[in-house]
Amino acid sequence: MDVPFILSWITYLPAAVALVLLALPRASNRTLRWIALSGSLAAFLLSLHLGFHFDASSSRMQFEESVSWIRFPAFEIRHHLGVDGISLFLVMLTTFLTPLALLSSWKSVTMRVRPFLACVLLLETGMTGVFCALDLVLFYVFWEVMLIPMYFLIGIWGGERRLYAAIKFILYTMAGSLLMLVGILYLFFAAGGDTFSLVEIVARLERGALAWSSREEFWLFLAFGLAFAIKIPLFPFHTWLPDAHVEAPTAGSVILAGVLLKMGTYGLVRFCLPLFPGAALALAPWISVLAVVGILYGALVAMVQPDMKKLVAYSSVSHMGLVVLGIFTFTPHGMTGALIQMVNHGLSTGALFLLVGMLYDRRHTRRIADFGGVAHTSPVFAAAFLVVTLAAIALPGLNGFVGEILILAGSFARNKVFGTLAALGMILGAVYMLRMYQRIFWGPKNPANAGLGDIGTRERILLLPIVGLMLWIGVYSAPFLRRMDASVAGILERVESAGTPGGSYRVQFIDPPGTPGEETK
Amino acid sequence: MTELLWLLPLVPLAGAALCGLAGRRLPKRAVTIVACSASGAAFVLALAAFFELLALAPGDRRIEREFFTWIAAGDFTASAGFLLDPLSAVMALVVTGVGFLIHVYSTGYMRAEAGYYRFFAYMNLFLFSMLVLVLAGNFLLMFVGWEGVGLCSYLLIGYYFDRPAAADAGKKAFIVNRVGDVGFILGILLVFLTFGSLEFGPVFGEIAADSAFAPPGSGVLTATALLLFVGAAGKSAQIPLHVWLPDAMEGPTPVSALIHAATMVTAGVYMVVRCAPIFSRAPAALDAVLVVGIATALMAATIGLVQTDIKRVLAYSTVSQLGFMFAAAGVGAFSAAIFHLMTHAFFKALLFLGAGSVIHALSGEQDLRRMGGLRRRLPITFWTMLTAALAISGIFPLAGFFSKDEILWSAWAGGHPVVWIVGLLTAGLTALYMFRLIFLAFFGEARYAQGVHPHESPRSMTAPLVALALLSAVAGFIGLPAWLGANRFARFLEPSLSLVRRGDAPHLSHALEFGFAALSVAVALAGIFAAYRLYVVRPGTAGRIVARWGALYRLLRDKYRFDEFYDRAVIRPVLRLSERTLWQRVDVGVIDRAVNGVGASMAGLGGVLRGMQNGLIRSYAAWILAGTAAVLLYLSLFRN
Repeated sequence: MDVPFILSWITYLPAAVALVLLALPRASNRTLRWIALSGSLAAFLLSLHLGFHFDASSSRMQFEESVSWIRFPAFEIRHHLGVDGISLFLVMLTTFLTPLALLSSWKSVTMRVRPFLACVLLLETGMTGVFCALDLVLFYVFWEVMLIPMYFLIGIWGGERRLYAAIKFILYTMAGSLLMLVGILYLFFAAGGDTFSLVEIVARLERGALAWSSREEFWLFLAFGLAFAIKIPLFPFHTWLPDAHVEAPTAGSVILAGVLLKMGTYGLVRFCLPLFPGAALALAPWISVLAVVGILYGALVAMVQPDMKKLVAYSSVSHMGLVVLGIFTFTPHGMTGALIQMVNHGLSTGALFLLVGMLYDRRHTRRIADFGGVAHTSPVFAAAFLVVTLAAIALPGLNGFVGEILILAGSFARNKVFGTLAALGMILGAVYMLRMYQRIFWGPKNPANAGLGDIGTRERILLLPIVGLMLWIGVYSAPFLRRMDASVAGILERVESAGTPGGSYRVQFIDPPGTPGEETK
Repeated sequence: MTELLWLLPLVPLAGAALCGLAGRRLPKRAVTIVACSASGAAFVLALAAFFELLALAPGDRRIEREFFTWIAAGDFTASAGFLLDPLSAVMALVVTGVGFLIHVYSTGYMRAEAGYYRFFAYMNLFLFSMLVLVLAGNFLLMFVGWEGVGLCSYLLIGYYFDRPAAADAGKKAFIVNRVGDVGFILGILLVFLTFGSLEFGPVFGEIAADSAFAPPGSGVLTATALLLFVGAAGKSAQIPLHVWLPDAMEGPTPVSALIHAATMVTAGVYMVVRCAPIFSRAPAALDAVLVVGIATALMAATIGLVQTDIKRVLAYSTVSQLGFMFAAAGVGAFSAAIFHLMTHAFFKALLFLGAGSVIHALSGEQDLRRMGGLRRRLPITFWTMLTAALAISGIFPLAGFFSKDEILWSAWAGGHPVVWIVGLLTAGLTALYMFRLIFLAFFGEARYAQGVHPHESPRSMTAPLVALALLSAVAGFIGLPAWLGANRFARFLEPSLSLVRRGDAPHLSHALEFGFAALSVAVALAGIFAAYRLYVVRPGTAGRIVARWGALYRLLRDKYRFDEFYDRAVIRPVLRLSERTLWQRVDVGVIDRAVNGVGASMAGLGGVLRGMQNGLIRSYAAWILAGTAAVLLYLSLFRN
């Protein structure tokens, strides 16, 4: 079965539903919520079609659609969408988490419900668009579009310091993306000034019709890479994240941690590697160092956080460092591990924020020290939290392990020191997560929890699909990994065209910035 | 049966799922039936598998079943597949057999618990994980079971999660184990990197062929073996990662018996033996195993001498016995290690269950100083525990005699006289601390509180005691030493150890071996006699020794202060580094300040520029003048 324009449907359906919401002035909050939820569920169901009909053997773009969008005499900007093994599961992750985010705010957001729902839906359109867009301008538009609803989500429905956090979030991200815009324009002119198509530009690079000087490639890589590094966030560009998470409402945190961060790592894989493979190779050791520092630094700082959301935010720095490390191993398993780990992190961190939100809804505090003994009053909740905690610390049999072991295998093959240091992160991960779990759930009965109660049906419905997916990926990851193989191989082939990555990184042989890439050629 | 091998772990998993998901709404009776029949069925399946294996010719006793591909990316593949060979069959039998008995025992011991269903869900989940561990056909699947049992251990230690000590102990167990696990993982990755596979068959085959890129004694084999041993030391509580096991006694006593004595903690020994093809070709690593093992055996035995909590004595005894098993592996006597693993599972499980029966009878009292005179009140517990104590002390002809003697003899025969002497000394200490426990608990006058009326435990608890006592008494006969007959156990295990590289076996006379055996029995008897003198004949003597050797006593009582050392040298510095330096100084003070500083300077620059836009023509004229001057200056200075 072939559904025409399926990617457009998935991308724009939420935005259309958002418009419908705004056009219904008299509808009750309840009705609005149901409409929004059904809209996002419909998008999810459509995205299932992608999963089923995806051809795992092909590294090409699939479900591709391309129509002229803005036409000039010399060039045109095309509305060009497509997914491959890199983006498929990120699209599905987006459509999977958005309904859950909406459902999580069912009771907790009672003010300005209509704009809230519209913001979440617009955000979904922006995010899906980012993962599908194959035209540089279109990509940039989605990249920026998604900032605005997020800005409002934090700034309007956020916590006490929401304005500070929202402005910091948007300015920091904008600073990065403006550099990317410069990069896009440079790319456009360098490519001959007639196309913004990623596929076409990469093809020209492969054909040799377009070639970079190493200096050019280095700066272009940085222009794109900085935008992505901020978004990931790669150490030391991470300080917006704890602030944004702490202030964002639950739905915002879920989407922020679950999907938004992946746009950074996705961008690296989709743009930086195929467009600037030489620079990627040359800079890989340096980026890996930052990734490893991030893994350990994030974990160590997470360990001493008194606020649950901050703890999870710093743990994200650690986990996303692992993803970056996996990408820059340039090994099939390392990169596949990084891709599945993006999904895993989206699930486990998304679920953690959902769970923290449930606690916050009941007790109106996120300080770990305010809790203790919650397992007495809420056993089901405690069990769900435990499963998610274990997934986050990569217990085999749950999803996190599959990603971590693949990334570690890749990075260990590339550089034993990096691999070993990254593995140490596993110890620290257990320390901070179990410390938090113990201090929230275990301990003597606590009178402050008297009215806590266990989780209700809505919350169970919320958690069940996530836990189910965690088990599925953990026990039988083949259906997921298989669909990534061909595309990963394609990217690696492209990278290797610029030179074979060395058997192990030797940091001391890497050129100082300014004259990169010569020795790796 | 082997077609249904997957059922073996899956039955307890189903039991765990049923108890865990529906147990809260089920009556206790239903939970009992589900949990016990799941573990019982697993035992029957293990027996069936064992006999099917036995029916094959020894060379064919290796059944591999692959169920599905678990992870595959690039050339990294790990399947979900099992390997049934004599080694895994023995382990599966021990795990399910002892596991079943302890399940039965727990129905009595845990009867009054509100979290009954939770307990049995975890116990069944443990059996599942442990079976995956021992049946796994590749390194990564073994790691699945490895972490799974760790999780169950964590949950069961923290079963009484309202007690801070239990919660702390659970977390400590998990984290210390994680340290070992990272070693294990790195070892696995090194295996993958070197051999390009994770399956036992191809990897060990390659090693056994003494391949060029990993020849015997090569650095890569040594490193692999050492990393794997780090994992084993974590799980099996060897120095320096032994600190979690004594604390794990916070868990319910059946848990201590099953997980922290009989099965899970022996997983490290099993892993080393499973990887014997690697270890036997890495002499340096094997020496490390030997040294750590025998040192742990001695150290833990000395600590066991002075502990007053009945379960802690047994915990240190377990650490010590595990050390014996590693020492056996370290001298290359891999089958002796597994033999001792098995007999130890019987008598140590029995000792813990007996201790549980005592604690149960005394309404929760665990302090040996407040026991005494229980011999007549708890006859079944007394006689069965006595059997176990004699067995662990190595008295002929109980099970412990044969297995321990084989280890000591292997050490001597393998040319490690120092190990033999230390082992013999430890054996004497073992008899001493074990009979100290027996005498303090069962002999002398009653020192428990007035209102307590000790009573023998119900049938559900005593029946497993009797069964284990029988096993502790007779299990040794399957592994007779050469001077008595044939070691059928070693012969059965042989196919699993066929790829082990062996040195030349020295030919020593049976008479010498017999003499050594007699000597070790004499040492054990001396230990028992010393305990008798100290705790029965002259109960004040122990106090006088303590007064005389105060510093030594305190060192032993404080367990050589490992915990204090880790606290000061690792935990606190790391927390301080994270809290003050990384978070407050670096993150808030440097990185975030720089980010906000950029923002603020932009705002500041904006303020300056705004000041320029003040609408005064005079001011604009001044700026134009200044600008022109600057441009002219630049051109005149740099453009000629």
